[in-house]
Amino acid sequence: MADMTVQSLSATSLRRRPSIGTLKFAESIFIPVAALLASAALFSVFLLFLGKSPLMFFQLLWVGGFGSGFSLQNTLQRAAPLILTGLAFAVPARIGLTMIGGEGALVLGGLSAAAMAIPLVTAGVPAFLTLPIMAMTAMLAGGMWIGFAGWLRYYRGVNETISSLLLSYIAIATMNFFVEGALRDPASANKPSTMPIGDAYRIGSIPGTEVHWGLAAGLVLAIGLHILMTRTTFGFAARVTGGNARAALAQGLPVGRLIVACTMIAGACAGLAGFYEVAAVHGQANASLVAGYGFTGILVAFLARQVPLAIIPVAVLFGALSAAGGIIQRRMGMPDATVLVLQGLIFVVLLTSETFYGRIAFLQPKRAEDRT
Amino acid sequence: MSALAVETASLKKAPSLSAIGMTKTFGSFTALGDVSINVAAGSFHALLGENGAGKSTLVKCIMGFYSADKGQVMLDGREVIIRSPRDARAHGIGMVYQHFTLVPCLTAAENLVISRADTPSVINWPKERRLLDSFMETMPFRVPLDTQVASLSAGEKQKLEILKLLYLDQRFMILDEPTSVLTPGEADEMLGLLHGMCDRGEITVLMISHKFREVKTFCDRFSVLRRGRLTGEGDAKSAPVEDMSRMMIGDTEVRERAARTEQIDRKDVLELAGLCAEDDAGLPAIQGVNLKIKGGEIVGIAGVSGNGQSALVEVLAGQRPLTDGEITIHGEIFTPKRGNFDRFKVYGLPEEPLKNATVPRMSVAENIAFRTFDKPPITSLGWWMSKGPMRSQAEELIARYRVKTTSPDAPIETLSGGNVQRAVLARELSGDVDVLIVANPCFGLDFASVADIRSQIMEARNRGAAVLLVSEDLDEILELADRVAVMSGGTISYVAPIEETDRNTIGQHMAGH
Repeated sequence: MADMTVQSLSATSLRRRPSIGTLKFAESIFIPVAALLASAALFSVFLLFLGKSPLMFFQLLWVGGFGSGFSLQNTLQRAAPLILTGLAFAVPARIGLTMIGGEGALVLGGLSAAAMAIPLVTAGVPAFLTLPIMAMTAMLAGGMWIGFAGWLRYYRGVNETISSLLLSYIAIATMNFFVEGALRDPASANKPSTMPIGDAYRIGSIPGTEVHWGLAAGLVLAIGLHILMTRTTFGFAARVTGGNARAALAQGLPVGRLIVACTMIAGACAGLAGFYEVAAVHGQANASLVAGYGFTGILVAFLARQVPLAIIPVAVLFGALSAAGGIIQRRMGMPDATVLVLQGLIFVVLLTSETFYGRIAFLQPKRAEDRT
Repeated sequence: MSALAVETASLKKAPSLSAIGMTKTFGSFTALGDVSINVAAGSFHALLGENGAGKSTLVKCIMGFYSADKGQVMLDGREVIIRSPRDARAHGIGMVYQHFTLVPCLTAAENLVISRADTPSVINWPKERRLLDSFMETMPFRVPLDTQVASLSAGEKQKLEILKLLYLDQRFMILDEPTSVLTPGEADEMLGLLHGMCDRGEITVLMISHKFREVKTFCDRFSVLRRGRLTGEGDAKSAPVEDMSRMMIGDTEVRERAARTEQIDRKDVLELAGLCAEDDAGLPAIQGVNLKIKGGEIVGIAGVSGNGQSALVEVLAGQRPLTDGEITIHGEIFTPKRGNFDRFKVYGLPEEPLKNATVPRMSVAENIAFRTFDKPPITSLGWWMSKGPMRSQAEELIARYRVKTTSPDAPIETLSGGNVQRAVLARELSGDVDVLIVANPCFGLDFASVADIRSQIMEARNRGAAVLLVSEDLDEILELADRVAVMSGGTISYVAPIEETDRNTIGQHMAGH
């Protein structure tokens, strides 16, 4: 009785408590933002220790990432593969898997797209046919690669984090093997590469910008996968499985097929990123594909709390970070890898911040008072 | 310390303990409000109360896991300050937890020696063995010292836990529902031994329990807690059970139990033929389970936990593959897939629903929709889900099954145990049920919820469902079941109609005789 009086009092005379949804949303914004600020503070200490000005660093970060049309486009260009590799981590995370094999799927996607291009380009198949075939091949290769790790997880009980990481090294080695061997273009003397697909087959930029179409693909997939995971029976079943696989089995959900499907979607996203790296950026497959996009994607997905839509802004942020690397190197006389230190700091702080969910008092809903 | 302790063990007297004015609050919630209990030296004292009544909080304050906001603990009439379990141990206060705290891969002797606070880095085993043997000489019961704990029976493990306290010279023992893992026979034996030791003034026992039968038979005095307050105390032998029960539940309205209706013309609905399955380690968990259940019948499966009951439930729920055998429903073979759960109208209430039947972080509404999320009206076109119908379904069922939640959008993990189980009941029992698989449905719930949930199960039976009830609580089976089956060593060793059997016969079969 006493409880009821207190509750009705607070409902009328005090401000109404926001709904649970609002609070959860506020929490999922507040904690990552706080984590970013904390990382920035820690990194400032690091800079001060080196005798550099943190103020200048963050100013240059802004200039290099967003300061001009050129730097903004540079940022978006780098954000494009990060959206896709971010999705490659986020979608399996929804079904409870920690898949960190995006790098391998990207490399393999790029390699298979470039390999597929060789006969098609040689035979003179027009670009509007060649490019979709290359894209499909890349998605299939990436999808099978991560899907295999998912299959191993469910049907053989192999830890997916380890297997997907190791599969990445196999993928990179496979790429090197073919690029330096059977698929090597003899003209590529210093840097073994596959045959260039040629300017006629390059994917152009989004009209009015210098940014390639991979950005558009990333946006479409992020929105599409967001809808898939939140508004469809497939997404619901995947979330039940990810939240409690035992409960999912007891509901008769096809857990194995859901896991393989989610991991294949993930691999396809990363493979598509590889396709754009080949068809839009490098024009051929070579060691440049191993640029760490797959691993940075994990960070992106983490900061976005595995929410596909949130991956878009976070990927742009990290794109800016890498775009600003050059200007920071030149103006502050610091190595290019400095931004990697910041990235690493963000990752550690972010992982720590995960433990704060449900513990910040003013963001918690009132618990059901039900001791009768 | 131990050498001395062993020598003087038989000389030491049982201590008395009083906790005076204990108060503990968590935020705005008063878990314990000004509770005083007095446990005389050499007495066997029962602490009664429902789940959440504050029993655990009280003993945790005594043990130093929590520091009480107010109140003092007196040991043999002198105030002692207990800041941590280490302090409690130094004062000779020990606790046996509901679940074993022994290291399964070590032997009993090793477990005893490593439990000491002063275990040396290099253990002189021959010397320790001599000390242990002479220690065991003075004990009223024995446990094989060289056997790995994993291969001891539950009763022996529980004895070893108590021996451990005596070995550490902890003569004030707090036992937290010590018989919940034992067969009725083992439980009676163990409580009898403790009772004898109390009578001889060797130990003092404070036992948390909710089994009136045990309290009446073995205890001297009792204290009752309800909602963090002391609501009564008295002499366990003379106080009537009705009084104890009223002190525990107060004026809470307990729903009238649903009556068992006569079922005529019953047909076999669920048939298990030669079911075999393996546990996680690949060893046989169930070996050739045969059972037929008629419509409108509850078959209760009794057994000491770990004899294959959970594997059986998992097999029926689709959480564990069959290695052999067949499940048939209405004469058709049943495989646990989503389509078949609906076609054969099979529903389930697994044990520990938060762990087995829900996704804790998903909302109450989403959890209630697990059976219906992929069907109209929630889903259109076969894949597109709408939040509106899901929410209105949840609102209706939350009201009908009296689930207490702040909102259908609250994560289900924020609900109390009873309300999680009600939400699962709402999901599983609101439709037309032909087969119902139930496992320990009332474990850890308060009286009102227990009455509620047992009534729902009985009503499902009365509507014609074939109910398989697996329970570690024999009283629950005796109350609900039409027939009893006992599981032992992965098979069903005994089946009998409820009116042709009794507690003792069932208990003997549980123990494997």
